[in-house]
Amino acid sequence: MSAQPLAPAVRARGTIRRWTRLSTGFTGGLGLLIVALIFVPVALGANTVQDITTLLTYVLMAVMWNALAGYGGLVSIGQQAYIGLGAYATVWLALKGVNPYLGMLLATLFCAAVAVPLSFIMLRFRGAQFAIGTWVVAEALAIWVSLDNALGAGTGTSLDQLDSYSPSSREHYTYWITLAFAAFFIVALFVLLRSRLGSSLQAIRDDEDAAASVGVRVVAGKRILFLLAAAGAGAAGAMTLANTLFIEPTSIFSVNYTAFMIFMVLVGGLGTFEGPIIGAIVFYFLQNKLGNDGVWYLVVLGGAAMAFALFLPRGIWGTLEERTGLRFMPLGYRVGRASAGRAEPEEPA
Amino acid sequence: MTWVNDVIQGIMLGGFYGLLACGLALMFGLMRIINLAHGDIAVLGAYLIYVVLEHWNTSPFVAILPVLPVMLLLGYLLQRLLLERSLRSGLLVPLLTTFGLSIVIQNLLQQGFSPDVRSLGAQAGSVATASWQVTSQLSIPAIGVLTLGVAVIIFGGLQLFLSRTQPGRQMRATAQDPDTAELVGINSKAVYARATAIAVAIAAIGGMFLAIRSDFYPYSGPTYLIFAFEAVVIGGLGGSLWATLLGGIVLGVAQTIGGQINPEYPVLAGHLVFLLVLLSPRGGLVNLRRVTA
Repeated sequence: MSAQPLAPAVRARGTIRRWTRLSTGFTGGLGLLIVALIFVPVALGANTVQDITTLLTYVLMAVMWNALAGYGGLVSIGQQAYIGLGAYATVWLALKGVNPYLGMLLATLFCAAVAVPLSFIMLRFRGAQFAIGTWVVAEALAIWVSLDNALGAGTGTSLDQLDSYSPSSREHYTYWITLAFAAFFIVALFVLLRSRLGSSLQAIRDDEDAAASVGVRVVAGKRILFLLAAAGAGAAGAMTLANTLFIEPTSIFSVNYTAFMIFMVLVGGLGTFEGPIIGAIVFYFLQNKLGNDGVWYLVVLGGAAMAFALFLPRGIWGTLEERTGLRFMPLGYRVGRASAGRAEPEEPA
Repeated sequence: MTWVNDVIQGIMLGGFYGLLACGLALMFGLMRIINLAHGDIAVLGAYLIYVVLEHWNTSPFVAILPVLPVMLLLGYLLQRLLLERSLRSGLLVPLLTTFGLSIVIQNLLQQGFSPDVRSLGAQAGSVATASWQVTSQLSIPAIGVLTLGVAVIIFGGLQLFLSRTQPGRQMRATAQDPDTAELVGINSKAVYARATAIAVAIAAIGGMFLAIRSDFYPYSGPTYLIFAFEAVVIGGLGGSLWATLLGGIVLGVAQTIGGQINPEYPVLAGHLVFLLVLLSPRGGLVNLRRVTA
């Protein structure tokens, strides 16, 4: 971040702030929204609860893919590896007698654990090799799982252990654990990006070589994002299982999950904090409106991804930020002039 | 003897993967972009041949003749209308653009041709089924020999084109340094469009063999994209063209030997060999950074 070396010189005439009135309000609003969402099952009907569960799973997927690609510059086409692993680990733990909801938590940790050795292999690659390498790992895992008869082999398996809950309490528990996961990973990313490490991550995002040249530990930063994204996708996989109750290797390890993540992040805004959430909401409504048209819906999705990549590469949120200069989340630094008595935003950093 | 048989089958399978990988390697070598729609373009070629065969009772080897100019044109337009815009903004934008294109092609094929599984094996006649029985353990299928032969001809032809002709020299110059190439009067945009046209047409030839050798359906593309890409990477990204064919052969042999160990392993064995090669210090069998595309 350029703000740090500049700081002593600028401080003589101005102030450096992270929180503005707008970002305080916005962050507070997001916090209140998460708190309000806790009460949805109490206040609203079963359909709404299921809808929001689905939406939150999308948000989690998008935020995690963006953490990897938007901040780490690591374009993965293989996040479905952790979606599948998270779901199958939950089933496997349930077969061993672990409570399914506890199993989802453990499966998430398991995905992060698997990502540790994988990160030492995958982070040696850049760009194209990383993209296809992650995809091949996902394909290999899908084949490996489909060879395991205890997990239903190629025909799939279901999470029967959830049947011991009544349908409505099952729905509520699934909702709350999805909300908890989504909130945890969003807050974790927020805290991470505001930390010292976050500054180096944003520097890596902006220019990896330049960041390395001023002493940013690029690989360490990327590894943390790699593990976080693996855990997040694993949680999303466990959530998908809790929502559908049945999985099979070809669909839970489908590259379509990553296609959806890419779509949501591109539409919302790659490398922005809020963008993926917007993208997930857009994706959710598109799926509700056009989802029944199957094929055409996917044509529209692919076409929109192309259009955003070519014509609006910063996405909805990134373009909005660029045009207005507004920053809704306090992730960067703002330099203001103190001489006029009140801080005048000069240049968002 | 079964091992010898496996290796020979693998080499011929490798010719097929080499054909699929050829265009991918050409585009990557020249423009440093990965065309994630490459597999779907090959499948599109297979469907176009299928359309020709619906109107004209002939063999796929003849039916591909009117398809090739169409694919050349599609490749040219693909570069001019889509990829050109995405080129100078790093790795990410072309990757995402072609990923979107891949989804569009798959689903348009699904819409136009229904999800039915098809094959052109029957129309290819005896070529698809004939084989020479060398010993009781060793038989050589005609289609395998033909695929490998066509692959060698195409790789050789492309190599000759790149080294001996004026447009080929322009491509090598542009691959090496597009800005300097522009300085000496090469229109890099035209070079890129020509290369993509060639890549797409070769993908269609790969698609033809795909359709003769096995079934295909609208979503077949990604599976073959992965194999093609594995061939390119095993050969060494940015290495020579022949290295890509060699990469395809390594992948093919890995798959047939994996299948010999356990009938369920062929693809898994290929993936593992790919990952092992990636992990090797050089990151590919041949990494010469030669100037060939």
